[in-house]
Parts: sequence; C-alpha cells; structure tokens
Amino acid sequence: MERMTAWEIRCGITDKRFTAKEAVTSCFERIYEKDTIINGFLTLCHEEALNQAARIDEKIKRGEQVGRLGGVPIAIKDNICTDGIKTTCASRMLHDFIPPYDATVIKKLKEADAIIIGKTNMDEFAMGSSTENSAFMKTKNPWDRERVPGGSSGGSAAVVSAGMTAIALGSDTGGSVRQPAAFCGVVGLKPTYGLVSRFGLIAFGSSLDQIGPLSKNVKDSALVLEAIQGEDKLDSTSVRHPVTEDYISSMEKGVKGMKIAVPVDFFQSGLEEEISASIKESIEKFKALGAVVEDISLPITAEGLSAYYIISSAEASSNLARFDGIRYGYRRSEFSDLEQLMEKSRSEGFGEEVKRRIMLGTYALSSGYYDAYYNRAQKLRSKIREQFVKAFEGYDLILSPVSPALPFKFGEKSSDPVEMYLADIYTVNINLAGLPALSIPCGFSKDGLPTGLQLIGSHYGEEKIFRAAYALEQELKLKLQPVL
Amino acid sequence: MSYETIIGLEIHAELNTRSKIFCSCRTEFGAKPNENTCPICMGLPGTLPVLNEEAVNLAVKAGTIFNCEINRLNKMDRKNYFYPDLPKAYQTSQYDIPICRGGYVEIETEGVERRIRLNRIHMEEDAGKLIHLEDEAVSLIDYNRVGVPLIEIVTEPDMRSVEEAIAFLRALKAMLEYGGISDCRMEQGSLRCDANISLRRIGQDTLNTRVELKNLNSFKELQKALEKEEKRQRELYTFGEEDKIKQETRRWDSAKGKTIPMRSKEDAHDYRYFPEPDLAPVIIDDIRIRKVREALPEMPAEKKKRFRELYGLSEKEIDIIIGDKAFAQYYEALVACGTNPKTGANWILGNMLKLLNEKGLGTDQIPVAPDALCKLTKIIAEGTISITAGQEVFREMFDTGRSAGEIVQEKGLSQISDTSDMERIIESVLDDNPQSVSDYAAGKTQAAGFLMGQVMKGSKGKANPQVAKAILEERLKQRV
Repeated sequence: MERMTAWEIRCGITDKRFTAKEAVTSCFERIYEKDTIINGFLTLCHEEALNQAARIDEKIKRGEQVGRLGGVPIAIKDNICTDGIKTTCASRMLHDFIPPYDATVIKKLKEADAIIIGKTNMDEFAMGSSTENSAFMKTKNPWDRERVPGGSSGGSAAVVSAGMTAIALGSDTGGSVRQPAAFCGVVGLKPTYGLVSRFGLIAFGSSLDQIGPLSKNVKDSALVLEAIQGEDKLDSTSVRHPVTEDYISSMEKGVKGMKIAVPVDFFQSGLEEEISASIKESIEKFKALGAVVEDISLPITAEGLSAYYIISSAEASSNLARFDGIRYGYRRSEFSDLEQLMEKSRSEGFGEEVKRRIMLGTYALSSGYYDAYYNRAQKLRSKIREQFVKAFEGYDLILSPVSPALPFKFGEKSSDPVEMYLADIYTVNINLAGLPALSIPCGFSKDGLPTGLQLIGSHYGEEKIFRAAYALEQELKLKLQPVL
Repeated sequence: MSYETIIGLEIHAELNTRSKIFCSCRTEFGAKPNENTCPICMGLPGTLPVLNEEAVNLAVKAGTIFNCEINRLNKMDRKNYFYPDLPKAYQTSQYDIPICRGGYVEIETEGVERRIRLNRIHMEEDAGKLIHLEDEAVSLIDYNRVGVPLIEIVTEPDMRSVEEAIAFLRALKAMLEYGGISDCRMEQGSLRCDANISLRRIGQDTLNTRVELKNLNSFKELQKALEKEEKRQRELYTFGEEDKIKQETRRWDSAKGKTIPMRSKEDAHDYRYFPEPDLAPVIIDDIRIRKVREALPEMPAEKKKRFRELYGLSEKEIDIIIGDKAFAQYYEALVACGTNPKTGANWILGNMLKLLNEKGLGTDQIPVAPDALCKLTKIIAEGTISITAGQEVFREMFDTGRSAGEIVQEKGLSQISDTSDMERIIESVLDDNPQSVSDYAAGKTQAAGFLMGQVMKGSKGKANPQVAKAILEERLKQRV
C-alpha cells in the first residue's frame, strides 16, 4: 500500500478490493515502522482515523456514494487547525493548543471522506526552509537522512516521500510547499492566492499564505485541490469567481502548442549546476512533446526576495502578536507585572528565527521606516505582479527552478539566516504575485538526491499547470521511492 | 489679557448592529462576562474576520446625516499594540483613509447658531473590558465588547466654550439616535467622548498646546472636566506659566473632581499601522449611498420645524422633547391618540419627568403607554376627575401599570357633575349659612368664596368646581 497513490487507494476502496480500515491500518503500520527514522509526525490520530474509516466502510456497505477522497489517509501540516486535535505550529508557544474548530480545508477533506492520520512537523510558524526551526524535532530527508527535507512543510513532504501517506497538506508563504517537495522528490502545489480558504490556517504572512497539497504524482495533486478549493464565506480573501471543478479529465490533453517561457534571470549564478542540467533536460522533453519553449527576461529575482522578507515579516509581526501568554499558549509562570508576563512568555515561547522575523517586521512597520521598507516593498510587489501578468500575455506557463540548491545537510545553513533566505529566491516572487505554481521532480543528482522544477501559471491557471506537469511526469517516469 | 477656549472632541459611538463587526456574536449590553464571544472575536489562531456590511451602512448613514464626503474605495488597517483587552493585539481600524471626511453639525447656544466642522469619521472595532480587583492582585477580562462595531467621530477644534461643546455633543447624540446609528447610552459606554482643550489670546490665529481629557462618561462629567481644565490653563496663562501646559493626556477623576496626568506625548505608542490583509477592500457605490439616503428617518432639525408648526409649544419645551428620541416618540404617540398637544407636553415635562427621575428610569422605559395617558387626560378634560386627583391617578398608573378608569373607580375619585346632587348640597349650604348670604347681598363678594369652600367640603371634594360655581352664583342671585 505504501506505493499506492491516493487515486489508487480510493478506487481500491470503492471497488471493494480493500476497506478503508485496511488502508488506515496499513498506513499506520508503515508510520510506526518508518517514522522513528524520519520524524515527520508531531501528532498521530490513530483512533480518530479508525473511527472515520469505520464510517466510510459503513457507507460503502450501505451502497452510498463516497466522496472524492473516500477512505484515503492524509497528513496535515501542524499549522492547520483540526478540531480537538493539537495544532502546535511546531512552537513551544502553542505546544498544548487544541483548536475548538476545523480549518475550512479540514472540513472539506472530511466532507470528501478523507481520513486525517496526523499532524506533521514544520519550521516553527512556517518560518524556515529546512524544518530545522521546529521546536520539537528534526525531520530527516528520506533520500539521505543526513540532509534536511526542506521547509517549512518538511514533515508533510517527508512522510509522502517515505510512503507513510499518499497525500498531505502543507502551506506555502514563500515556497514552503514547493521547496520541500523538490527536496523530497514529491509533487507540491501552491494554488492561486484565494483559491483555497485560509480559514483555520494559523497565519504567517496573510497576504501570501496558501494551503496546498503534497503528493506522489500530479493526478493526486489535482484530486486534492478539487476537494479543498473554492469560495469560503469565512475568508474574505477567498476566490469570488467560478473555479475549474475538474482538472483530472483534461490532464491528458498534452502540451502540444503550449507556450512555455523560461526566465533566463532565474538560471544565473547561485543555481547549482546539477539542478540546472536536469531542468534543461526537462525543457528538451517539453520541446519534444510539442511545446514552444522560449527564453524571456524577468529581472525581479533578487528584489523580490527583499520585498518578500519585508512584507511577510511585517504581517507576521502583527499576526504573532496575539501570542502573549494571556489567554492560551505558553505562559511564563513567574512574573512581576503584566509587561513582564507578556515579555517573558514571548521570549521563552518563540524560537530564534520567529523572533528574528518579528523584530524585522516590527522595524519595517515602525514610524519613520514605514515608507522606506514596507511601502517600498508593496510598490515593488505591484511591479512584480505586473511583470508576471505581462509575461502571461504571451505565454501559458513559466518554467523555473524551485530551489537554487540540492537538499543540504543539517546545520549547514542554519548559522547564516541570509544564506537560508537565499534558498527561497525562486519561489517567493510567485507568492508576491499571488500566482499558482507546482513543483515537480525532474531528475536526480549524481548522489541520488532529487531535483525539481516549478511550473508557474497565470492567476487561476492551475489547469494548464496540471496538463504540462502530467505530460512531463509521464515522459520522465522517475522512480521516486527512496530506500528506507 | 483676554483668552478664548478652543475645544475639539473625539466621539466613539457603538453602532446599532445586531452582530459584531467581524463575526456573528451578539452585541447586546448586559450579557454574562464572555458570553458573547467566539473563536473569531477572541482572535484564536487561524480565524479570520468577515466585515459586517450593516456596520458599513451605518457608517455611511452617519456620514450622510453629518454632511460628510463618503469615501468610495475603503480599506481597513491594523493598529498594533499589546494590551490584554485586545485579543489579536491589534485593533482593526481605519488609518489614512477614513470612510467619511469633512461634514458638520449645526448647534445653537443662547440663540446663536454655529456650525461645528467634523474632520473625519472612521470605522473600527471595540476592545474588551478590564476589571481590576481591588483586594486581589488580579485583573478580570470581559471580552463581550470586543468586536462591537464603532465609529470614531473627530471634530475640528471649532468649539469656543464649554457650553458649545455640550451643545454639540447633545446635537450629535440626538442625530445618532434619530438615525438609528447608535443607541448612545453614555452610562453603558456605547457613546464615549474624549476632549482636546487649549486656550489662546483673542486675535491669535495659531493654536497653543492642547491637553486631551479622557474618562468623560456623561454630559455632567464632560462639563465639569472641561471647566476644571479650562480654569487650570487660564490660571497658568494668567500667571505667565503657560510653559507648564504640556501636550499630554489627562484622566478626569470625578470623585476627586480634577484631571490627573496619564501619559505625555513622549510615551505615545507607535501603532505600526498597515493595511489589514485579511479583508477585501470595501467599495461604496452611488446606489448604496442613495439607498441609505432614501431610508433616512426624520432628523431632529426637521422634527423641530414640524413641532413649531403643529403643536404651539414653547422653544424650550420643543428642545427638551426633541433632544431625546424616545421622549419625542412618546410625545408624538400621545398626541396621535388625540391628546391636546399643549396638555400632553405639560404632562410629560411635568409629572412624567418627575416620576422618571424619582425611579431612575430612562425615557425609553416609561411604564405608562401613550394611549393610557391619553385616556387620563380625556377624563380630566371631561371633568370626571379633578387635575389634583388626576395627578394621584397618574402616579398609581406609573407604579402599577393599571388603567386610569380602574383606579378612578376603585378610589371613588369621580367628580359630581350631576346638577341635582349638586343643587341639593348647595341649597343646604345656603340654608346653613344665612350670615354669609346676607354679606354677599351687601356686596361682600368674598363671601361667595367661603360658600364655595363649604360646597366642596359638603361634596367631600368630588364636586366639579366649574359646575358648582355656576350653580352657586345662580342660587345666590335668586336669594338676594
């Protein structure tokens, strides 16, 4: 079962080849065996999962229709609220927080009869690119346990890669789904901003955050997106126009005649040669499949990184201000007055990286600095968005690297925050522009580490992304099971 | 040297919506602590706000009645500060682009009309309430008020006396009430007022250092605090010590009767305002503005005009009745039942106000229905009972809620208007007082007064005085 995709599990259950209970049991057997090595899960929901499986098996027995994800186990990043199940953001601050509500995506997954099996590790409050910033543990890359799985959705990427579940949800503020997907050799999608409700996603950068699926293949990515997307009355920033409801049926249409742009600015110094080489091979495949691939100039990469770190940190400094030790979360037990209670609770409850971003964001919003930083970053953001919109007037998709580097070793970059931030250089602009992008494995380094590329679409252009990604996946036929 | 006083006000009014500004919790006052809360207004992680469109409509309505310019493309901003009454550690408010700009309110003091300009009106959410226990080192927080929609109305420094400030706040409050925008209960905190006050030499055209006053929870407190601060500043100017006036916030302590420094300009927060990323822009189009305008109820100024034309009341009577929406509504209902407008005004401004004050009731808590009071005025007009008896009946109605008819019957208060009964009593009084009759005949008209008194006594006070007087005079003439 560990090799099965979500689509296959669902078909197996509806065709009565096996039951939802069997799917869940097999999934937990694998977790109990392999997660001691990987450390992907922070919380497991074995009992709840078995109960949900029983309900679905009952439905099937009665001959009722089951949902799109009928009986399929799914892992959830620990910054997405689950009713009655601990949701920690991998932070000491929320180590005991149990939300009294489900995020909208969780509600939708339950309606689609998916089975939530547990909550996955991440960089604290989704801030980081290696999952090393978790307050609780380090998640290992299944391809090389000396290396990081990427981040911040490193737990979700690792558990999918290791075959502990076919699908998982992550969140992507500046690359947090796509980069770990590339590091772990799985498919990761950041949908168009607003396509998936953010209600119940513990906010990092509200104007950038999107929830997206991690999966073993492109079809599962589309399957999960179909289940979780759509307008939500609880999220004012969620999509206000009709969405494509069925991506899968048009997936096999191919890329013949599709125009794909390759921004040369994304392939300059800093990009590791092995990644560049494997992306170039994929470009040749696209050409062979009948796509028109052309170089374009999109000179925004470095500027975008600064704008991203200012805007996301500014929003984070405000979003994380509510964790003050007063109502819930970590509270320092000894304090002399209110100010000390808040100050000590926050200094002890948050980790270094989170505090660094709060400081950065607070500074960027301070009077006297607002115009030079936050305001300028917003202007730059509009410019970046315009550049992308303009590029999409002539092209269907833009193809670029996901990460400039292959999975790195633990501790290799954690001492230098700026070097870590540079790992996001190709992904953050997509969030600034609110565009959809999918990270797909495109080969291996000579040491057997997976490489990835991203396909960027226009706003609500997920359908074309899936078509191109599916075509490439069928052409490459990569063997994506790490030996554990 | 002559000085003039410069006052500007900042008014927070809670909007009359059924639910809060970003969630569906109820807004009513007086619920158990923290009963009207949910994960959204408690700012639990992952929750998001959704703007209550009715709050926007009421803000547009306020802009309309105060003649403001309504802004079409609106956004909300976050005002960041740490305090336990604010569960998100930021207040969602409006910073650089308020929903309404400009506008004015017309006021009248001592017959002089003036226009007080508004600077802006913006929308925001209310914060919770901290209760600091006196005996324990503990503070309690009630979050019921968190997320109740507010508008903040900021005036220009246009008021030149304490009286003008009071007149302005009264006019503004009446307009907010008439518009159904806010219930303006200062005692419950649904209308709150801060004041900025400074002095300057007459003829000077720049403004001097101002002081902000807080905790002004009633008209009386506002007046006392302004008068006290005006006096403090005037003395400092008089003695050339005006450099002691600092730009600061002072809290009015009503028990001590003085203002106490709270914080100076140097302690001012940096609120790090930035646009709220969780809310979409709020677009107000012409149709929406027109709809609000068309549904606008009668405002105090129009009502005043109508009262002048219809009811024949004095200006003072009109002002008192109109100054209070509930009172005006009661009065109009009373007149609509058929009560004589002048009589009706006398009743509510006299007996009614007296009893309301005695019982500590508001004008929206009058226990006697307008048609019940109307019936009482009718039986008095018809002469069934005397005015004196009527007042007694009214108190009984006020206390018990029973009808005038019931009370009159039970207490036997009906006047004798039946002439045969009356004639019998008068004849016997005249028979018993021959001396007075002859005094009257001799031209001593005051004897009639004595005889009248005897008649009333003989009837145990139930004789209708007008009827009795007429018959007495007729019979006296017959005997002379």
